[in-house]
Amino acid sequence: MSALGSRVTRVAPWARRTEADTVLEIRGLCVDYGLGSGLHAVSNADLVLHRGEVLGLAGESGSGKSTLVYAATRLLRQPGVVTAGEVRLHSRPAGPDGPIEVIDLLAAGERELKGVRWSQISVVLQSALNALNPVITVRAEFDDVMKAHRPEMSRAERLARAVELLEMVGLSSDRLRNHAHELSGGQRQRVMIALALALEPQVVIMDEPTTALDVVTQREILEEVISLRDRLGFAMLFITHDLSLLIELADEIAVMYAGRMVERARADSLFAAPRHPYTYGLLNSFPPMHGERRAMTGIAGSPPDLRAVPGGCPFHPRCPYAIERCATEEPPLVALPGSSRQVACWLHTGGEPVPGELARTDATVASGEAALPTAAAVRRLPVTPGWGSGE
Amino acid sequence: MNSPCDRSDEDNPVMSTQPETAQAATARVPAPSGVLALEARHLTKHFAVRSAGGALRRRRHLHAVDDVSLGLARGAVTSVVGESGSGKSVLARMLARIIAPSAGELLLDGEPLALGQRRRHEYAAAVQLVLQDPFASMNPVHRVSHHLARPLLIHGTPRSDLDSAMKALLRRVALDPPEQFMDKFPHELSGGQLQRVSIARALAVRPGVLLADEPVSMLDVSIRLGVLNLLAELREQERLAILYITHDIASARYLADDILVMYAGEVVERAPSISLTDSPAHPYTQLLLSAAPDPGRRVSTTPADRGAPPRLIDPGPGCRFQPRCPHAMEICRRESPPVFDVAEGHQVACWLQAPASERRGLLTTKSQHAALRRLEPIRDKGVKEAKPP
Repeated sequence: MSALGSRVTRVAPWARRTEADTVLEIRGLCVDYGLGSGLHAVSNADLVLHRGEVLGLAGESGSGKSTLVYAATRLLRQPGVVTAGEVRLHSRPAGPDGPIEVIDLLAAGERELKGVRWSQISVVLQSALNALNPVITVRAEFDDVMKAHRPEMSRAERLARAVELLEMVGLSSDRLRNHAHELSGGQRQRVMIALALALEPQVVIMDEPTTALDVVTQREILEEVISLRDRLGFAMLFITHDLSLLIELADEIAVMYAGRMVERARADSLFAAPRHPYTYGLLNSFPPMHGERRAMTGIAGSPPDLRAVPGGCPFHPRCPYAIERCATEEPPLVALPGSSRQVACWLHTGGEPVPGELARTDATVASGEAALPTAAAVRRLPVTPGWGSGE
Repeated sequence: MNSPCDRSDEDNPVMSTQPETAQAATARVPAPSGVLALEARHLTKHFAVRSAGGALRRRRHLHAVDDVSLGLARGAVTSVVGESGSGKSVLARMLARIIAPSAGELLLDGEPLALGQRRRHEYAAAVQLVLQDPFASMNPVHRVSHHLARPLLIHGTPRSDLDSAMKALLRRVALDPPEQFMDKFPHELSGGQLQRVSIARALAVRPGVLLADEPVSMLDVSIRLGVLNLLAELREQERLAILYITHDIASARYLADDILVMYAGEVVERAPSISLTDSPAHPYTQLLLSAAPDPGRRVSTTPADRGAPPRLIDPGPGCRFQPRCPHAMEICRRESPPVFDVAEGHQVACWLQAPASERRGLLTTKSQHAALRRLEPIRDKGVKEAKPP
């Protein structure tokens, strides 16, 4: 525990969020697939990740959530092209209290990127079986990473660190001798998470890490991830299509639709009082686990083809509240008065009367946005033994 | 749940408004109501596993499905819930007669079906299967019309009626106007539209039973409910018997009348869906429910589970969930639990639920009695914890 013990943050990182605590900043990012093709996978996306925060990025397939983070981390492959925007990493290479060094990721050269990747930003991919090399052992995976980024470490140190990391994610050290195919889906994903944390990055990006797993395994891994976040204090960008999962897991949630950011809010506010009709529709697409059964409708229609995104607001053909303006003008993502919530919808910014279900009172907003999330509100997955049934 | 979807009537013509097309289907005499459309008794499937030791070693068996009985009633949705590897898809394939069971029998409209005797063709006209991935279950080089025409022609629709029959099918699954979809290739449709086509294809033979194996898990969240509502509508309007297989217990609660929970090839609990999700009696069901994402949950719960996946190859005696079960008792390791009734229509296979009067009767040997006496306090505690307050 030597290396990790020193990094335990005494003060909860989210309790002292200020401007200086921004760690990853994405401004006006636009990504096309094929130059001049007109296929805009991401349009003018803004995203700010704070130190120690879990930011959820929710959206359906094709909404551009994975493209956004691949572009921001310079992992995007051809024919993906970044056409506009900036991405800045506010790095603290000397530790959480060290000086800030701003790195422009889109302008960075290969050398600079190599220094950032894995050691400052790491990515956990959805398919762990594809992400792990099938012909080498788990130990060799750890060795690869540490040889490349920490050449000063000796063989024994690397082994000790690999054992420590595996134990951290709840795997025994015998797993070091295994190849990827010998592990279950959940174990592979734990190895991926351990690898991602190997160099103590400041930002961990998780791209649908639990989508292929069973619910019970999914829950175990999420708990592991949250307790690691609490111990190590890294910031996490969690991408998923499962909004119901994010509400339990994330501090803040950004919702994407057709490559655009349509709403951003604190997780509990988003759940209790969604503002965008798409968010409202998504929340109503998950049948509840309690109470009376009632008919639900989901959202009519299907997500747009990115080659032919409807004009105006891209959601307007599916939106039950659409007004004339929605078909012609695209709403900007703006902060709602008196809060830090952001929404891109003419119903809220166009001076129109807002439908009741999109204007529910938001307790956290009403009590003043200065009220930072308390530990109780943030940690929605505490580790308590026992069964959940009777509670 | 009575009107899950409020589409207008013209979108969903009921069967009677259709041209009489499928002779093979109409020739079947409908069974009297009250008889289950499809019933499975003691269905079992063991797969032989080749062991590394060569031919001399004992043959081992993977117990994919063990002694599962279930009945599908007309106008009802029965859901099977379980993790991957629990045997739910093997069960669906046995019901569709794609996989031959190792043991057990099937009853179609109350008539026993000596396995392998009745012609597949006729059985396929009565029981249809819809698979999880609509992209993989359609031939990518053929148009939608081809996929719909094949079952219609094979099951005796005259060519002259083919066009109107296909259009009626597409309207039934709310793909309207049908002309827009007939000439499309699978890749030109979205996942939700394609899944509707595969449901339409299954309905072409006018089956009485629809088996849906994870029909929405590949679809985008916002369009899942549309497909679930379509299934609910088919149940209401056409009195189909539907088996809905899923790993998502919340959607089973939404759609199904009854839920069966499978673990390691066995049914561990069955109950009306509300009763099952509101008062789960089996520790595995409780684990599943506490692990499912639920934003509305007031108190955070954490499943206390560190267990490995169950051993399916030659499982030993005892309850298969026992290695992961926090309430495991000695008897759980020795003897697999029988089915106990805990409430009206609510059955569970767990020793914790053994009524006090039956506990001793079930155990015959002296040592078992002794063990039970030692376990008494644990058992009572377990029962208390397992039941809702």
